[in-house]
Amino acid sequence: MSWFTKSFNSSIGKKLIMALTGLFLCSFLVIHLIGNLQLLKNDGGEAFNIYAKFMTHNPLIKTISYLLYASILGHAFYGLNLAFNNKKARPVDYYTTDNQSTWSSRNMAILGTMLLVFIAVHMADFWWRYHNDNTIPYKSYASEFGSPQVLKDLYGMVMFAFKTEWIVAFYVISMIAMAYHLLHGFQSGFQTLGLNHKKYTPLVKSFGFIFAIIIPAAFALIPIWVYLDLGNVFFN
Amino acid sequence: MNLKLKVWRQKNAKTPGKMVDYDAPGISPDMSFLEMLDVVNDGLIRKGDEPIAFDHDCREGICGSCSLHINGRPHGPLKGVTVCQLHMRSFKDGDTVVIEPWRAKAFPVIKDLVTDRSALDRIQQAGGFVTVGTGGVPDANAIPISKEIADQAFDAATCIQCGACVAACKNASAMLFVSAKISQLALLPQGQVERKTRVENMVAQMDEEGFGACSVTGACEAECPKGISISNIARMNREYYSAMATSEHVDLK
Repeated sequence: MSWFTKSFNSSIGKKLIMALTGLFLCSFLVIHLIGNLQLLKNDGGEAFNIYAKFMTHNPLIKTISYLLYASILGHAFYGLNLAFNNKKARPVDYYTTDNQSTWSSRNMAILGTMLLVFIAVHMADFWWRYHNDNTIPYKSYASEFGSPQVLKDLYGMVMFAFKTEWIVAFYVISMIAMAYHLLHGFQSGFQTLGLNHKKYTPLVKSFGFIFAIIIPAAFALIPIWVYLDLGNVFFN
Repeated sequence: MNLKLKVWRQKNAKTPGKMVDYDAPGISPDMSFLEMLDVVNDGLIRKGDEPIAFDHDCREGICGSCSLHINGRPHGPLKGVTVCQLHMRSFKDGDTVVIEPWRAKAFPVIKDLVTDRSALDRIQQAGGFVTVGTGGVPDANAIPISKEIADQAFDAATCIQCGACVAACKNASAMLFVSAKISQLALLPQGQVERKTRVENMVAQMDEEGFGACSVTGACEAECPKGISISNIARMNREYYSAMATSEHVDLK
C-alpha cells in the first residue's frame, strides 16, 4: 500500500485529520462569532446584512468556505469512523467501570453528533434559505453617498427565528454540547499533533478551558438576547 | 474480614462467560489481593469446584502478569501498583468486590480472568528492539546523552507490558504501551538507526491487532502501575508524522 494511504488510514493518521480539521474549525468559530455579534447592534440589521453579503460574495471568503465545509464533513466522517472502530475494539463490555477520565473526553462522538445535527439545522435555516429562498425580503439602508444599499434581510430572518422558544432552546443546548466538545477537543488536538511539552501544555490547557467556555457562551447569548429583546432593555 | 466477590467465570475462549457470586470469609487485611484469591480457590478446590483461573507470576509488581479489573479499575483502587501489590486493607469488611478480566478484542479470554496478551508481544516483535550491535556495557558518560533525556527514556522503559492501559481505555487502545516502547528507543542514541522503521512497523502491527485509537481521555496514564505519561503518546505521534513524511519506505505493508 502506498505510504500516503497507509499513513492516513492508520489510527494515528485518522487522529491527525481529526486534530487538523478540529483546530481549523476552532479558528472558524472565532471568525463566525465576531461576525454574528453584529446581530446585537441596534441598527436595524445594517451592519449584519452588509457583512452577510460580503461573506457570501467575496471570492477569497468563498474559497475558504469550501475548505470549511470539507473540514466539517471530514471531521464528522473520520470522527464517526473512529468511534465505530473504537467500539469494535471492546466487543464485551465491563460489568462495572470506575472511570478515571472526564465525561466529555469519553463522549466526544455523542457531543459531535449533536453538533452535526445542529450544523445541519442551522445551515438549512439560514445558509440554505439565504442562498436559495426567493421569498426573503430585501431591506434598503440609506447611504451617505448616492443610492441606498438594498440587501437581503438575513438579520430579519434571524430576529424572527429567535422569537420561537424551541429554536432558542435548541441553540442554547447545542452550544452547551459545543462547550463540552471543546473542553476536551481543543487541548486534545494539540496532544494528537504531538504538541505536548511541559512548557506549553499547561498554557494550551488553560487557554482551551477559557476558549471552551467563552466562545459557546457568546454564541448562546445571541438567541437569548434576541428572544428577551435585551437590545431594547439595555440601550433604550 | 468477610467479603462478597462477583467474579467473571468463563470455561474457555469459545464458551460465553458470566459473573458468579462467591463468599470470601475470614480474609486477613494483611493478605495481598492474589493471596485472598488463593484462599478462595483453596475453598473451591476442597468443595470439588473448579478454582478461579488468574494470571500471576513474580508477585512483586515487576513482571506484568497479574491483570485483574477490580471494582471497575485495572489493578484495583490504588494508584501506581499492580494487583499483587494491592492488599486487602484497601477494602472494608462486608464490601462486594467485582473482579473481571481485561476487556479488549485484542485480548481474548483464555479462561476466567486470564487473557491472551500476546498481541503486545507481536507489536514488540514488529520493531521494539535494536538490531545494530551496541557493544558491551559502556563506560559512564561514554554515550552522548543528557541526564534529563536518559531519565525520560528510563521512565518509558519502566513499562511492564501488563496491558492496564488497554484495559482502562474506553477504546481498548494500546497507544500508551506502544508509545512507551517507541519513546524508550527513540530517546536513546542506540535507537536512532531504526527509528523511522520502528514506529511505522509497530503502529501498523498495533492497528492490525484490533486495538482502538487514542481519544486522549488520559485513563491509561491514570491507571498505569508505572505512572507512564501520555506525553509519550505525543512523542509517538511526532515520531510517526516524521516517519510518514521522511522515511525511505514508499510502500508500506
